[in-house]
Amino acid sequence: MANTFDVIIVGGGPAGYVCAIRSAQLGLATAVIERDKLGGVCVNIGCIPTKALLHSAYVANVVSHDAKELGVEVGPVKTDYGVAMRRSRRVSEQNSKGVEFLMKKHKVAVLKGSGVLGPNRTVRVGKEEYQARKALVIATGSRVKGIPQIGLEIDKNAVISSDEALFLEKPPATLAIVGAGAVGCEFADIFNAFGTKVTLIEVLPRILPLEDAEASDTVTKSYKKRGIAVRAGVKVKKATVAKDKVSLELDSNGKSECIEAEKVLMAAGRAVNTENLGLKEAGVQLTDRGFIKVNPATLETSAPGVYAIGDVAGPPMLAHKGSREGVVVAELVAGHHPQPIMYDNVPSVTYCHPEVASIGMTEDQAKERKLDYQVGRFPFSANGRARTANETEGFVKIIRDKKYGEILGAHIVGSHASEMIHELAVARQNEYTVEEVDLAIHAHPTLSEAIAEAALDSLGRVIHI
Amino acid sequence: MATKVVMEALSPTMEEGRLVEWKKQEGEPVAVGDVLAEVETDKAVMELVARAGGTLLKHMVEAGATVPVSEPVAVIGEPGEDGGATTGAGKANGQRTTETMRPQPAQAQGTQPAPDRTQPTSMPPAPPAGAASESSRSPAQQGATASRTPTVAPPAPGTRVKASPLARRIAAERGLDLGGVAGTGPEGRIVARDLESAGPSAQSAAVISLPSAKRPPVSTEAPYTDVPLTQIRKTIARRLAQSIGPIPTFYLTSEVDMERVWEAREALSTGQRGGQEIKVSFNDIVIKAVAMALRQHPACNAWWQDDHIRYWNEVHVSMAVAVEEGLITPVIRHTDQKRLQEIAREAKDLAGRARERRLRPEEYTGGTFSVSNLGMLDIDEFTAVINPPEAGILAIGRIVQKPVAEADRVALRRRMRMTMSCDHRVIDGATGAQFLQTLKRMLENPLALIW
Repeated sequence: MANTFDVIIVGGGPAGYVCAIRSAQLGLATAVIERDKLGGVCVNIGCIPTKALLHSAYVANVVSHDAKELGVEVGPVKTDYGVAMRRSRRVSEQNSKGVEFLMKKHKVAVLKGSGVLGPNRTVRVGKEEYQARKALVIATGSRVKGIPQIGLEIDKNAVISSDEALFLEKPPATLAIVGAGAVGCEFADIFNAFGTKVTLIEVLPRILPLEDAEASDTVTKSYKKRGIAVRAGVKVKKATVAKDKVSLELDSNGKSECIEAEKVLMAAGRAVNTENLGLKEAGVQLTDRGFIKVNPATLETSAPGVYAIGDVAGPPMLAHKGSREGVVVAELVAGHHPQPIMYDNVPSVTYCHPEVASIGMTEDQAKERKLDYQVGRFPFSANGRARTANETEGFVKIIRDKKYGEILGAHIVGSHASEMIHELAVARQNEYTVEEVDLAIHAHPTLSEAIAEAALDSLGRVIHI
Repeated sequence: MATKVVMEALSPTMEEGRLVEWKKQEGEPVAVGDVLAEVETDKAVMELVARAGGTLLKHMVEAGATVPVSEPVAVIGEPGEDGGATTGAGKANGQRTTETMRPQPAQAQGTQPAPDRTQPTSMPPAPPAGAASESSRSPAQQGATASRTPTVAPPAPGTRVKASPLARRIAAERGLDLGGVAGTGPEGRIVARDLESAGPSAQSAAVISLPSAKRPPVSTEAPYTDVPLTQIRKTIARRLAQSIGPIPTFYLTSEVDMERVWEAREALSTGQRGGQEIKVSFNDIVIKAVAMALRQHPACNAWWQDDHIRYWNEVHVSMAVAVEEGLITPVIRHTDQKRLQEIAREAKDLAGRARERRLRPEEYTGGTFSVSNLGMLDIDEFTAVINPPEAGILAIGRIVQKPVAEADRVALRRRMRMTMSCDHRVIDGATGAQFLQTLKRMLENPLALIW
């Protein structure tokens, strides 16, 4: 039957398309339903274009602030957000084409349109009904959301989200960013480098509230030095949106103040795409928080043979977590016995400058759980390679369980932290202790030496400090 | 396409198996499910069956060889397939597997700088076993092994354990033997979560203490004879060390008057119509009484689980059976719900098959309390070693007539001494004593069994 597949995946983002490839590899007849572009938010309006813009921001900062000291005179620096934006679009375009190619290569059918679930693993796309023999996988992802209650509804003009920020031709003169998680911090970095006067507002006491407090401190200092107004522990009480500006009424420790900005960028949380999906008809239940309810071991929903992966299946809402869930579901459906996902070992990365990357517990979490731990730290200011690159901001911090040497958590702030965290991800996945990390010889001079040194420091044996 | 046949894990604790006998010879056709060989595991002799059909192209090991789990033992291919090329490939693969696996313990130890950390986590290598299995390898492989691991003696294959560094440290700290833990990581690697439920008595156990019936052969020339450890002897050693070491055991002894049980058994045996009914032994009656007493004292029907105690709502009595090479404890399930006739029949069947070493793993695991009886060997009383994770075991002595004071005069009565070993982490003195008292009352008045 033309409309029957072994596995049908609703949503072609990083969870869905990876699930499709793995299913096809395992010999299952697979289809992906995508209403927009393959690659989802990640490839088109998320991870990839923001990283392209962040690289532009990085180059802008290097030539403006460092080049002269490095012996490279470049004259007065002029930035053009429109050029950077169009380049980021080309990168996204290439990546989305890449996913299309991968679908073809693996003979995955791509069904264009919005999928609506019916009972017994059926799904309707337009007028066509499709039947999944083995598994129907929901991977519809999430989207940005505003806070209409206080007057901050995304109007795509004065109040924007990342969706719009990624397509601006010109940077605004002033920008207030509401929410200082990864997205908020990354856009603060980008627009600051392109000359915008940025105010970064976070209701929790510090920016990057999910990261270790020391990481937040280091980024805060770096941002303030670059002229970003960091306002943590500040609540937006009310917003008044005019045509070309927004007034925000702020409340910081009971004190009221008012700021104005040309635009407000909403970066406070995301909403999952669970509406108009036919979940009720399919018998798929939601959790109290609005995610799709799944069995954590199998990712199967309350409807037999219907699975949920990626953002819709619950936090952390990260592309790489979704991709892994896609692989696991494909293998389960093919009758394999994949290793369970270690949800406490999903790396978290913010690509601002300096970058922040972490895995496992923060020190505060270790403290809350009353664990007996020892912190090891090593600052990049003491690392040879970091000095050669003139990028000495940041540190490596390892939280070691005192009794068994387990790496409870690791936090890296610094240039290339996003690339360095995986040494510790591998270590934790394989249950290496800090001693195995130290025993592995680290090349000199590298930034990664700081990891080995932090491991040693947790044992009281640090060498270069 | 040629398929490699690998040594499979045929019991929950099996790490290697001895290939006893090839049931299919080279060149013979095989179908999926055919028995290829008999394999002696640490518990029993089991069948290795074909997972692919075709022709058995090559035996990669000789009968008698000991092979670690997941190493290849044979090649199955298409009937017309070029035997030489295929077997060559098979052999090469096999050797590669062997070679890549051999240095692993050395690497693992190499990453552990402090020798005192590795020691408690793995059993010391048993020289006879090591020697025996080494001799089954080719000299070239022996040479390679020796040259790669000059300082660290390779652990005997039976004790090689794949475990994460963290799991090793936790095991060392808690005094766990990783050899008894089933790994859930990639390729059965033991990771920290596998130790969460593992007490010193992680596995459902198969052995308790009974003297081995077989004596080592006596040589007239040499001052001693080295006898290689069999799989079951290795397991017994490991399990007993595990048991007597970390389990804080105490013992309670009580003497029971068995006159009424004796009379009841005599009366019922003579009244038997023969045919389907079989003779009920004293041990069967004790097992039934233990099960009924456990119903009243669930505190004794429990497993020690390291971070928790599992109190069983079902009663499954394990019974120790001496077999030629040692002992094993088959389980009579739902003992409390079975009639004496059923218990007797099941006990006879299980004991018989245990001696033939034909028990399936599920038949000797999952007991909740054990009974061991040495009465038939004229033992008056003894203490038995707890069969972890169970928390108690009852050791039954012989029934003997002895003079007993009875209302101002001395009478001859049939008496039996029973000793209960209790894991004090689960059972306290009075708890155990109350259970024993109920049991004594039941045996002294068998009507109490159905009261």
